[in-house]
This record gives sequence, structure tokens and C-alpha cells, in this order.
Amino acid sequence: MLALGAALALVAPVSAAPPAPQPATRLDWKDVPNDAGRALDLTWVLSPDDKPGLGLVTQYLVERSTSVGGPWTVVDSASAGADKVTDESVRRNTPYYYRVVTVGPGGATPAGSLTGPATATSQWLDTTRASVLALTALFFAFVLYYIRSAQMGKKPFVRRIPGIDAIEEAIGRATEMGRPVLFVPGIQDIDDIQTVAGLVILESVARLTARYETPISVPVSYPIPFAIAQEMVRGGYLQAGRPEQYNPDSVRFVSPEQFAYVAAVAGIMLRDRPGAHIFMGSFYAESLLLAETGFSTGAIQVAGTANVHQLPFFVVACDYTLIGEELYAASAYLSGEPKLVGSLKGADLIKLVIVGLVVVGCALESFGVHGLTQWMATQ
Amino acid sequence: MKRELPLTITAGIGLLMILSFFVPHQVIAVPADFIQASAIIVLAFSYFLGGANLLRVNIDGIYKREPGWIYKLVLVVSLVATVAIGFVEGKGFLDQGRISKWIYDNLYSPMQATMFALLAFFIASAAFRAFRIRTLEAGLLAAAALIVMMGRVPLGNVLTDWLFGLRWLPFPGVPHDLHLSTIQEWIMDVPQNAAKRAILIGAALGVMATGLRVILGIERSYLSGED
Repeated sequence: MLALGAALALVAPVSAAPPAPQPATRLDWKDVPNDAGRALDLTWVLSPDDKPGLGLVTQYLVERSTSVGGPWTVVDSASAGADKVTDESVRRNTPYYYRVVTVGPGGATPAGSLTGPATATSQWLDTTRASVLALTALFFAFVLYYIRSAQMGKKPFVRRIPGIDAIEEAIGRATEMGRPVLFVPGIQDIDDIQTVAGLVILESVARLTARYETPISVPVSYPIPFAIAQEMVRGGYLQAGRPEQYNPDSVRFVSPEQFAYVAAVAGIMLRDRPGAHIFMGSFYAESLLLAETGFSTGAIQVAGTANVHQLPFFVVACDYTLIGEELYAASAYLSGEPKLVGSLKGADLIKLVIVGLVVVGCALESFGVHGLTQWMATQ
Repeated sequence: MKRELPLTITAGIGLLMILSFFVPHQVIAVPADFIQASAIIVLAFSYFLGGANLLRVNIDGIYKREPGWIYKLVLVVSLVATVAIGFVEGKGFLDQGRISKWIYDNLYSPMQATMFALLAFFIASAAFRAFRIRTLEAGLLAAAALIVMMGRVPLGNVLTDWLFGLRWLPFPGVPHDLHLSTIQEWIMDVPQNAAKRAILIGAALGVMATGLRVILGIERSYLSGED
């Protein structure tokens, strides 16, 4: 047996283990800019053995300690060929020391050097958002100016928006037919500003239904908009001077699940046969399901959304559609309050500024000047 | 006070959240994060409110034997049973082999899919109405839609392959050939995108204007009609 073993050893000699890789060098750190002091960027020069095809390096382990002497903890790793990581587990204003261990089939080579003390600090201004800040400040200034001038008695002109005028027409039609009005404030929660806009319009709609003594039905998909919708409808009846007609059950919570909500609203359309359907808010795939079901009942339909992909469906299936910003203008338009209307003029003026920036930006880019484009690019 | 306090809270939190977009410093970032986390907690509790309303309205309908009361009964039983099973199963209620998981896979998902599938029929009926050519604009819409639809399927390209060599419309930015896939790409990239971006920019400004009106307390209808 011994002789056989010796013979096999001669035929198939055991290959020598690869050597441990040479260490990565010149480890450096940099505080991640424009953050709250929650991350550090680390870079190093690859091990001389980290070359494609050699297979001597498999990964780099990034170790961290709060003192030069350790103890060291592995906080991140990078595969062979990678020369940077971002440590997002740091505490701000705490000094850290880092080192990189190079790992290969031949073993792990401790770092030749370490770097530190590295400290993550927070900044007061996100410079990548400076252009947004400038335009936001300008926009706010315009809006405040027009609100102020409206307060001083200068009521700005606002063009007619047929879709908003149609809301009263739709409620009038439902009243003539002796049928209720259905108001759908979208399927998103209150953190979507379209829901806010829809609920604000709801108050004006409720005021009109109260005036015409027409029942209103408001199915809501989330609990917080549900509570606000109840307040809006109640407020509308109060403003119309008919608080006794307010029915708390006119606003009902249905379901935050998209298609469960659709099923419930379609059921209301087909069972109660409202004379008018008003869709105002954020809609997704359910837009066509609701609008087409509504169309089949013969009700007059008015819709408004800023979700661009749903607009064609509403345009096709509804009698009137508020497009994009018209949804946000509706509450100001319906109320006619000078201060609210003034804010619309501010938005119009900033649109002119944006058009100007687009034209100037196109011209500069055409001549190879990229400064404006780079300033406008945000993260 | 009934009005001033909510308006002050709205203005304070609104301004803080706007600032948090521009100021990454912890003085702003930490309270902003806290408020966002708090909003999630408030939202979780608000479901009790919604659930209570759902039960009240439907139980009332069942009690009064309103038309379709049997469906309300199904809804109430399903709601109570699903919640109860979820509570009993506790953590990991959606793991394989659990009843909640079975309900999700065999009842909830198929019903969702059924509703979604209806969209196919509604798109057909809506498209039929949309593409009736009664005006010049409707004609342009129908033509553009036809080109885009045909240009996105192999059949459209097969039909127009023979036109590929013809160099027409030598204007800058306009496709040089009459290959349907090229024309549909141009329609989607240029006129469609331009219109879409215009709507998006307008909508974004509308969002800001609405937000500003709420923060400044000019838009206060959400506080109800009482003074």
C-alpha cells in the first residue's frame, strides 16, 4: 500500500497552495457631501495581485475601529476589482479608523496601513439642490406677491375652465333626474397632494349638492382622507346653510385595496344609479374601470387627475376632464376667493420663467455650454 | 383657537418638511424623520377608524334589510374572519401553510386578478369610442394611435419593410424613412413626450401652489366650515 501511495504521489503531485495576495494600499476616506453625517466614502489602490485571470484576490474586507489599536470590526466588503465602498453605518462626529484586508485563496493579508481619524459631518445645505431652492424661493415670492395684491383688491383674471364649470352642470342634471351625486376622491392616501386637491373640491361639490338638496355619496379608500372627507361634506352643508341635511353615512370608508375599491364603487354606480360621477384625485389602473362602468350607466361624468397616463382614459370615457394643474386650480376657481386665485397667477408666472430657462438651456447646450444644465441637475 | 392651532401646526410642520429637502443637517433631518415615522403610526391607528365605519355602515344595512344586504353580510363576515385569523396566527401569518396565506392566494389574489382583467374589455370599448373620426383632431389621434400600435408589433414592420430604403421628409429631427417602428418611436419621443412634460411641469407647479396655500393657511377648507 505504501508503495502504491508513493507511486500515486509521483503521478499526481499535490499542487502548491497559491501565495497570499499582496495588500491593497493608499486607503483614503472622504466625508459624503450633502448628507446628515451618516456616511463615509473609502477608496484604496487595488492589490498588485488583483488582476483579471490571476485569481489571487477574491475580495476586500473593510474593517473599522474607534482607536488605532483596535479592536477591528468588519463593516463592509468589496469584490475583487472594486476599489471603493461607502460606510453608511457610522455615527456623525465620531472619529473612526479604517483598514482594508485583502483576501484570496492563499489567505488574508492585513492592510499595510490604515486611515483615520475619519469623521462624518452634516452639512447645512444640499448644494445639489441649489437650483431647486432658487426656483422654489422665486415661485413662493411670486405667489405671495399676487396673494398680497389680491388682498389689496386687485383680483387677477383667470380663464374659464369648462371642466370645472361642468361640475355645477352635472350636479344640476343629477338634481333634475332625482338621483344622487357620486364623488370619488382618488385611490391614494392623504400624502398624495392630488387627494388633498380632490378633497378640497369635495367641499364645493357638497355645498352645491346641499343647495340643490341632492344626496351625495363619497366612497373613500383610506382612513385619514375618510375623516377629512366627512369634515369637507359637513362643512359644505354648513356653508350652504343646511347642516340638518348632512348625512354622516354619505361618506364611507371602503378599502385601500385598489380593485376591492373599484368593485365597491362600480357596485354603487350600478345599484344607486347616480346622475353625476365626479372623479377628482389620483387614479391608476382603476380609472378606466370606473369611468367605463360610469359611462354605461348614462351618468354625466367629470374627471380630474394629474396622473398623465390615466388622462387619456378619462378623456375618452368622461364628458369633461381636468388636466394636470387644472385639478389644483379647481378649488381656487370654485371658491372665487381672491387670495386663492392670486396663487394661480404666481404659478403662471413661474411657468414663464421655466419656459425661458428651457429656451436658454437649449441654446447654451447647442453651443456646448453646459453650466446651466449642470446647475439644474439635482440629486 | 380651534382654527389657529391646526393652522399653526400645519404651517410649522409644512415648513420643516420643505426645509428638510434642502437642509441635510441633523437639526432639521432628525425632527423631519421623526415626523414621517409618526405619520406612519397615526396612519396605522386610523385604520381602526375606517374599520369601525365599515362595520357600522354595513351592519346597519344588514339590520335594516337594505337591498343587497346579503352582500353586506358576506363583507362583514369576511372582514371579521380575516382579521381574527390573522390575529390568531400572529407573526408570520403569511408564511406557507398558514390559513391567512391560503386566503391571500386562493381568494384575494384571484379576485384582484379578475377585476384587473376586466380592463381588457373596457379598453376595447373605450378605444372604439375614442377612434371614431368625427373631427380633424379625432382623425389625427386615430392616425397617431394606429401608427404607434402597428409600429410596436412585428406585423407593422413586416408591412412597411419595403419602404425602409425610401428617404423622405429630410427635415431635422423628423424620421427619414417611413418604417412604422421609426415613426412610432418619433411620435412617442417627440410630440408625446413634449405634451406629457408640459402637463407634468404644470401639475408640479400646481402641487407646490396647493402646498403653499395649505401651509400659509389660505386654503383652510380642510378645517371644516365652522369658525
